Amino acid sequence: MFRWLQNFPHFLEVVYNLFEVGLSPLKRWFNPGGKAEPLVIAAEKLGKGAVFNCKMCGQCILHSTGMTCPMTCPKHLRNGPCGGVRQNGKCEVKPDMNCVWVEAYERSLKMPKYGRQFASLQPPMNNQLEGSSSWINMFHGIDIKLPQGWSSTRDIPVKFVKEDHYGNK
Amino acid sequence: MVINNNSPCSKLEEILRAGHFAVTAELNPPDSADSEDVYKAAEILANVCDGINAVDASGANCHISSVAMCALLTRAGYEPVYQVTCRDRNRIAIQGDMLGAAAMGVLNVLCLTGDDVTAGDQPEAKRVFDFDSIQLLRTARTMRDEATFLSGRKITSPPCFFLGAAANPFVPPYDWRPQRLAKKIAAGAQFIQTQYCFDLPRFKEYMTQVRDLGLDKQAFILAGVGPLKSAGAAEFMRTKVPGVVIPDQYVDRLKKTPKEKQQEEGKKICIELIEQIREIDGIAGIHIMAYRQEELVAEIVEQAGLMPRPTSNNQNKEQE
Repeated sequence: MFRWLQNFPHFLEVVYNLFEVGLSPLKRWFNPGGKAEPLVIAAEKLGKGAVFNCKMCGQCILHSTGMTCPMTCPKHLRNGPCGGVRQNGKCEVKPDMNCVWVEAYERSLKMPKYGRQFASLQPPMNNQLEGSSSWINMFHGIDIKLPQGWSSTRDIPVKFVKEDHYGNK
Repeated sequence: MVINNNSPCSKLEEILRAGHFAVTAELNPPDSADSEDVYKAAEILANVCDGINAVDASGANCHISSVAMCALLTRAGYEPVYQVTCRDRNRIAIQGDMLGAAAMGVLNVLCLTGDDVTAGDQPEAKRVFDFDSIQLLRTARTMRDEATFLSGRKITSPPCFFLGAAANPFVPPYDWRPQRLAKKIAAGAQFIQTQYCFDLPRFKEYMTQVRDLGLDKQAFILAGVGPLKSAGAAEFMRTKVPGVVIPDQYVDRLKKTPKEKQQEEGKKICIELIEQIREIDGIAGIHIMAYRQEELVAEIVEQAGLMPRPTSNNQNKEQE
């Protein structure tokens, strides 16, 4: 319904930024297992579902993936496109669907603030968080808790060939 | 070329570090419970290549498992490359299998995302993809370098792995492909085996970007090649096998060849491609994928001028 908004990644980036600030005053209601939790989950599902086809993985990385939900990739990849993308940019699994990662890459190029995070190394999913609210998890640092053996690799810098893609040199 | 300062884990790593142009080949897993079938298939590859890739349910079709095949190969003194995909097993199973493989003498591991279940003969299966290839690589590296599982729990005797990854320069987003390689190297990849290289202009462009990033100095890149069996097979591969790109010129060339000579022509194309690929800067070797034509691999290696294969220092010592 509001999927067309995804074609304006820069706008979504700004909204994302405002959201992070805007939600802070509500922080005290955002508790895991709190009374408001079902409400928060419903709101997140409704809002992010309409725009991003959000799958409620509970560990949102939209801003690192060109404001394109990586969980809509049939292989649930979090670190970029697989080698099965068709030459016309369609998905290996669903020939009628655009590859999520091709879209994510193109959109990330239009995001001056978070676009570069497309290159960061994303840790394995915490499958326990499926169905929970990523907003609550974010406020409580639950989504960034990593397995001990992973250590903090979320932002290993990967050099870009074409720096100017992102408006910087 | 210096990749890291540790001593090499495997014979393949040793050969690559010594600067030899390496040859690996894919062994397609038999649908059989008889170990002889694995040995028969491996025998024709062993003397003409430096590593034998044991495919993990190729194209999402059910075959003998890659870990079992590797165990059989190490028993016979061969050098397997253990292919691990994320499609069928979760992180618990994968880490356990990798440790088990290491205990059976497996030293080379190729970490892949894997074709989707819909590519195979049992599309009704549940897809797992608990890891992606990059998370798998990083975890394998942690097991080796930190001697822990992903959970942080200690491994008493860590595996020695030469870690590899795949690359497909031939599909979109083209601009991103070199950076995906950079990401895989950052996650732990030491060698790379690419998808079939038929589209050489594209591959050369890709390699230019790879060299600009200095990636050819950080990992050994083995270009994927393979003989096309016939015009029909080529058409099938480029339409049905995920990620394979074959330009019209090669398919047309096969179509113009009489049917009984098409296999020979396919082999000729493969040798020509190897010769051209060898000219590209930053290529450390080739990876031959001769699906159901394994008997051609020896001829290809021979006729491309890649014989004799180097021996590793350990082997020399044994012979002395």
